[in-house]
Amino acid sequence: MFTLRKAWHPYISPFDPCKPITVKTYSTPPNLYIGFQPPNLPQFSPIEALKAGTLWKAFYDPWYSPYEIVKRGQSQ
Amino acid sequence: MWVYEKKLQYPVRVGTCNPKLAKFLIEQYGGADGELAAALRYLNQRYTIPDKVIGLLTDIGTEEFAHLEMIATMVYKLTKDATPEQMKAAGLGAHYANHDNALFYENAGGSPFTATYIQAKGDPIADLYEDIAAEEKARATYQWIINMSDDTDLNDSLRFLREREIIHSQRFREAVEILKDEQGKKRVF
Repeated sequence: MFTLRKAWHPYISPFDPCKPITVKTYSTPPNLYIGFQPPNLPQFSPIEALKAGTLWKAFYDPWYSPYEIVKRGQSQ
Repeated sequence: MWVYEKKLQYPVRVGTCNPKLAKFLIEQYGGADGELAAALRYLNQRYTIPDKVIGLLTDIGTEEFAHLEMIATMVYKLTKDATPEQMKAAGLGAHYANHDNALFYENAGGSPFTATYIQAKGDPIADLYEDIAAEEKARATYQWIINMSDDTDLNDSLRFLREREIIHSQRFREAVEILKDEQGKKRVF
């Protein structure tokens, strides 16, 4: 399955001083996959594009803090 | 030459007086992967890059100044009415002693901006790869700042700036594709 976040499981020691985080995630935004932008990609409307920061839907990948309410876009 | 538009690229709204967040945000103002470093890097590299991609460096370098202006607005709003006590409590005591509530090109740790943050190697591939790396590092910095911020209004503007980093990285990657393209080869679209 294609995702824009990847997860990995760091080694957990029985003697870790802090409460271990069992799953760590990182961002792999769309620019890593698309190569030279192909013609005729779907676009946002001008108003949506201003808000999103890009005209191209394929490149839209917003980041939300884990403490924010996810209003739109994908969750982390 | 530049033409100045007296407005921000994207609106900046700040919910709360929060000098602590300003201390983190200043990383994107005068830090190694900040907007100033980005603007100066691209606008300087463009003189010795093949002419096919000069325009790209000009455009992105110019946009970085628009981002710098947004960060400046955020930092200013977060600190403008902070008392010396609030500045001290936010870890900005040393900053206040030197600068009052003025903005300064420094990173989150208080180190002043230096040209050693940026490079112009003269080799087009080396320079563009540095630019791609700079965009990805700036993207990551925005993620970490968003993670530490509970100001929803501010995060909205930070998300916009992070998205721009993704697009800039994409365009630099395309510039590499243009430069490495075999010369004289027939291309069919």
